[in-house]
Amino acid sequence: MSIEADPVTAQDASGPVSPWIAVCQLQDLVPERGAAALVRGEQVALFRLVDDTVRAVQHQDPFTGAHVLARGIVGTRGTTPTVASPLHKQVFDLRTGGCLDPADGPTLRTWDVRVEEGVVLVSAAPESGGPS
Amino acid sequence: MSEHPTQAESTTTTPDDARRHLVVVGGGMVAQRLVEALRDRDGAGTWRISVFAEEPRPPYDRVALTSYFSGRDAEDLALGDPALWEDPLVTLHRGVAVTGLDREARTVTTSTGRAGADRTIPYDELVLATGSGAFVPPIPGTDLPGVFVYRTVDDVAALRGWVEEQGRRWNRPVRGAVIGGGLLGLEAAGAMQALGAQSTVVQFGTHLMSAQVDLGGGEALRRLINQLGVAVRVSTATTRLRPNRRGTVGGLEFADGGRLDVDVVVVATGITPRDELARTSGLAVGARGGVVVDESCRTADPHVWAVGEVACIGGSCIGLVAPGYAMAEVVADRLLGGQAVFPGADTATKLKLAGVDVASFGDAFAQTPGALELVHSDPVAGVYTKLVLSDDARTLLGGVLVGDASAYATLRPMLGRELSGDPSAYLLPEGVSGLSRGDGDLPDDATVCSCNNVSAGTVRGAVTEHGCTDVASAKVCTRAGTSCGSCLPLVKKLVGAELAKAGLDVSTALCEHFALSRRQLFDAVRITGLRTFSDVLGRHGHDQAPVGSRGCDICKPVVASILSSLDDGHVLDGERATLQDTNDHVMANLQKDGTYSVVPRMPGGEVTPEGLIAVGQVAKDFDLYTKITGGQRVDMFGARLEQLPLIWRRLVDAGFESGHAYGKSLRTVKSCVGSTWCRFGVQDSTSLAVALELRYRGLRAPHKFKLGVSGCARECAEARAKDVGIIATDQGWNVYVGGNGGFTPRHAQLLAEDLDTETLVRTVDRFLMYYIRTGDRLQRTAPWIEEVEGGLGGVREVIMEDSLGIAAELDAAMAAHVDRYEDEWRATLDDPEKLQRFASFVNAPTEPDPSLAYVTERGQRRPATAEERAAGLAVASSPTPADEPMLVAGPTLEVRA
Repeated sequence: MSIEADPVTAQDASGPVSPWIAVCQLQDLVPERGAAALVRGEQVALFRLVDDTVRAVQHQDPFTGAHVLARGIVGTRGTTPTVASPLHKQVFDLRTGGCLDPADGPTLRTWDVRVEEGVVLVSAAPESGGPS
Repeated sequence: MSEHPTQAESTTTTPDDARRHLVVVGGGMVAQRLVEALRDRDGAGTWRISVFAEEPRPPYDRVALTSYFSGRDAEDLALGDPALWEDPLVTLHRGVAVTGLDREARTVTTSTGRAGADRTIPYDELVLATGSGAFVPPIPGTDLPGVFVYRTVDDVAALRGWVEEQGRRWNRPVRGAVIGGGLLGLEAAGAMQALGAQSTVVQFGTHLMSAQVDLGGGEALRRLINQLGVAVRVSTATTRLRPNRRGTVGGLEFADGGRLDVDVVVVATGITPRDELARTSGLAVGARGGVVVDESCRTADPHVWAVGEVACIGGSCIGLVAPGYAMAEVVADRLLGGQAVFPGADTATKLKLAGVDVASFGDAFAQTPGALELVHSDPVAGVYTKLVLSDDARTLLGGVLVGDASAYATLRPMLGRELSGDPSAYLLPEGVSGLSRGDGDLPDDATVCSCNNVSAGTVRGAVTEHGCTDVASAKVCTRAGTSCGSCLPLVKKLVGAELAKAGLDVSTALCEHFALSRRQLFDAVRITGLRTFSDVLGRHGHDQAPVGSRGCDICKPVVASILSSLDDGHVLDGERATLQDTNDHVMANLQKDGTYSVVPRMPGGEVTPEGLIAVGQVAKDFDLYTKITGGQRVDMFGARLEQLPLIWRRLVDAGFESGHAYGKSLRTVKSCVGSTWCRFGVQDSTSLAVALELRYRGLRAPHKFKLGVSGCARECAEARAKDVGIIATDQGWNVYVGGNGGFTPRHAQLLAEDLDTETLVRTVDRFLMYYIRTGDRLQRTAPWIEEVEGGLGGVREVIMEDSLGIAAELDAAMAAHVDRYEDEWRATLDDPEKLQRFASFVNAPTEPDPSLAYVTERGQRRPATAEERAAGLAVASSPTPADEPMLVAGPTLEVRA
C-alpha cells in the first residue's frame, strides 16, 4: 500500500527525515466527526473540532482491540473535547488521550497535528501515551 | 399411632422438681409459637412444657399447605428452629390426642395408642390450642371415597394421591369439584388445577370469599377466577354426592336440579373450633363454638387458657394465624407474671390466589353505624375497589380491593385516620382520576411495610438522616419492601417526596449538557421549531454548561432522534450526521471487530425466491457470514465500512431497502403465515404485518421497537412478546402493548379488542406517536407504560378516547412520517458527499482495515480470537470483488497538487 502520500514533507523538511506527513485537506474532515487515516502504516483517528483545530489519537479502541475510535461521537466534558468509543462508550480526552470514563482506563497514543494552507499534517511519530 | 416422647422426658418428670408444669393441647402453629415464646423468656426455667399433638409430626406451616402441591415435601413446611423440641424442658408427644379434662383434679387424659391404656397427666396450667377442624356439612355422600377435606398435610397428600390415581385410571383430565367458595376453597381449586385436574367451585352463598369481600368484590373475583380456567357456580346448594359404579364419588346433585360429573371432591365449607374438651369439662363456649376467653386469653377457670382458632375472644373465633400468634405471646407473658392483653385482631388480608389480587381490611362490610361506601367497579378490566368511610366521608374505616390491590399499601396504614386528598383518588387506577392521593402526607407512625414493620417515618429518615437518594438504597437501609414488595410504590413516593423537600429531586437531566429529560426536550424542540443541534444546545442546553460545550454521546443521539421524529430528514443531513451513533451514521450494525452487519428489510418476514437468491449472491460475493435473525430476516456480517455502499447498491438494485436493524426505530413486524395458507388462521396476518412494517419503517423512537401479528389465538408470531402485538380474532384484531424479550422479559397487555383494520392502524399510530413524544431516553414501551400518566388505562384514554385532545396531532405526525419516508440507503447512494463518509481511511479510501483477521467455522468466516491470531490460524479479510464500481472517491490530496 502506497499510503504515504507525502508530497508536502519536502517543503517542510529541515533535515533528512521529515517529522510531518500530509494526510488530507481540512475540508475532507467533517467538523465533530472523526476520520481514520494511515500514517506510516499506523491507523490514526483524526478529529476536526468546531474551531477547526484537528486532534489525532490512535484509531484502535484499547478496550477491545478493534480499530473504531474515529467512528465515536465527539463531544465535551466541561471544556475538554472528547470522543466516546462506539463499541462500549468509554470516553477519552482528545487533547491528551487520557481515559475519562472509566477514570483508570488506558491512555491513547496521540499525534501532533498542524494545519497549513488547508492541509492537515500529522507528526510522523506518536507523541505520547500507550504502548508504542 | 404411637407415642414419640423426646429423650429428655424422664429428667423433666422427676417428682422433686420444683418447676411448674404447663400442658399445651394441640400441636399447630400457635402452639409452636407459645412454646417458643415461653422458652425464650423463661430463662430461669420455671416452667416445663408438655405438648400433645394429634398429628404425627411437629408443628408445620399450615398456611403454606397449598405449596405442598408445587413439589414441596412435608419437611419443607417445618416451622421455626427444630432445636426447640430438643430442649430438656419441652416434651412433644406426637400422635397423642387429649381425650379428657378434669379441671377439679387439674389433669388431662391422653390416648397413648396402646390398647385401652389411657394415661392421666397432671398440670399446673393448661392451654387449649386445638385449633379447628374442617367443617363438613351434613350432605349425603360426603363419606364416599374420593371426597376430601383440606386442612392437614395428610389431607393434602391423600388428595394428591387420589388425583394422580384417577389421572392414571381415566384417559382424560380428572374432573374435580370444590364445595365452598371461601379462601380455602379457592386454594383447593388452585391446587387441583396445579395437579392437572379441572375444577369447579360450588358456592352456596351469593359470591366467592363472602367472609372477606362484599358482593361486588366477589363478582369481580369470580370473573377473574373464571379467566384462570376454574368454573364457578354461586348460589348453589349441593344436595347429594352420588357414587359411580366403582363406589367412589362420581357426581354432585344440586338443589336446582343441576348435576356435575366428578372424579374427586374437596369439601371446604369452613372450619369449626375443636372445643370438645371445653364442652365436656363445662367451660363456656361461644354461640358458634370456641372456648370463651377474656382479653388475657384466660377462660373462666383461672388455670385454663385458650389461644388461636379455638379461642372465642370478643365474641368470635378468628381463623387467621397472626392474631393466634398475638394470643400466644399474651399467654406466654401472663404465665411469667406479666399483664399483657390481646391487642385486637388485625384481620386485614392481602393475598394472591392463583395470581389474582384480593385485599380486604378493616370494616370491609361497612358495619360501622353511618359508614359510607365508595365503590369503583370495572368489569372489563376485572377490577373492583371499595372504600368504607366514616359518616363525614373523611376517616378510612376499611375497604375491599379485587383485581388490583395496588392501593392496599397506601390505604392499610391509613386505617382509622383521615384520608388526605379526595378519597375517590384511591378507587381508580393511579393517575387516571387526575386527583391526588396525597400519599406524601402519611403520618410518620403509619406502617408502610407490614412484612418488616417499617413506618413512614423510618422510610423518610432513610433520606433525611441516612443520605439515601433512591428507592434501592432506602430499601437496603430500612428493609421496607424487601419481603412481599407490595408497599414499594408507596416507598417510592415517600422517598421522592423527601428528596424533593431536600432539593435533591431525582435528576431527570439527560447529561451535563441538558437539564431536561428527553420528554421535556422533545416538547421544547417541537415548540421552538429549532432544527440543528447547535441551535437546540444554545436554546435548551444546561445554563451551567461552560462556554464551548458541544454535547456528548448521550445527548447527541437523543437530539438526532427527536429531530428525526419531528421532520424525518436524512440521518446524514448537515450537522445531523455528527449526532449519530456509528450504527445510525453508517446505517449498519457495528460488530466486535469494527466491521458491520447488513440487514435488508423483508416486511413481515416475506421474501421472494429471487430476493433470497439476490441476498445470497451478495453475501457470497462479499464473503459475508449469514444468519437468520429472530425478526424473520437475513443478517449478513463482516462488511467493512468502505464496502457498505457497494453492498447496498446491489441490494437496492434487487429491490431491497434498509431494514433499520441499527436504529432506535422499528425493527420488524414478525408474523405467522395467517389465513392465506394456515388451516387455523382466522385473519390475514401476513398482509397486515407487511402493511404495518411499510407504514412504520424508519420511524425513530426513544428505543428500538418491534411488532408482531398472529393470525389466530395460537399466537405463532409471539406477538405478546412485542412492543405492539396484534392477535386475530373472529371479529377483527386484539391489540396488546408493552411486551419485550431481552434483559427483563415482559408480556404485552391488552389495550383494545376486536378492532377493524382501520381502527387498529389508527390505534397503533397513536400509541407509537404518544410513546415517541413522551418516552424517556432508552425507555422501552413496557416501562414507559408504567411511568406515563395513568399507566395503561391512561394510555388507553389518550389514544382511544382522546382525553388529552392530542389525537389529531398524533395522527398528523404519523401521516407526515408515512409521507416523507425515503430509503436511507438509496438516498445515500444518490449523494456523492454522503458517500465520502464511507472511506475506510481519509488518505486511502478503499484500503481495508489491515488488522482484520478471520477463521472459518461451519463453512463461514468469523472474527479470529487473539489465540487464533497468535497461532497464525487467521487470514485477512476478503478483498472487495474486483468488478464492483468505484463509489467512494479517492483521496483528495493529489487533486490539490
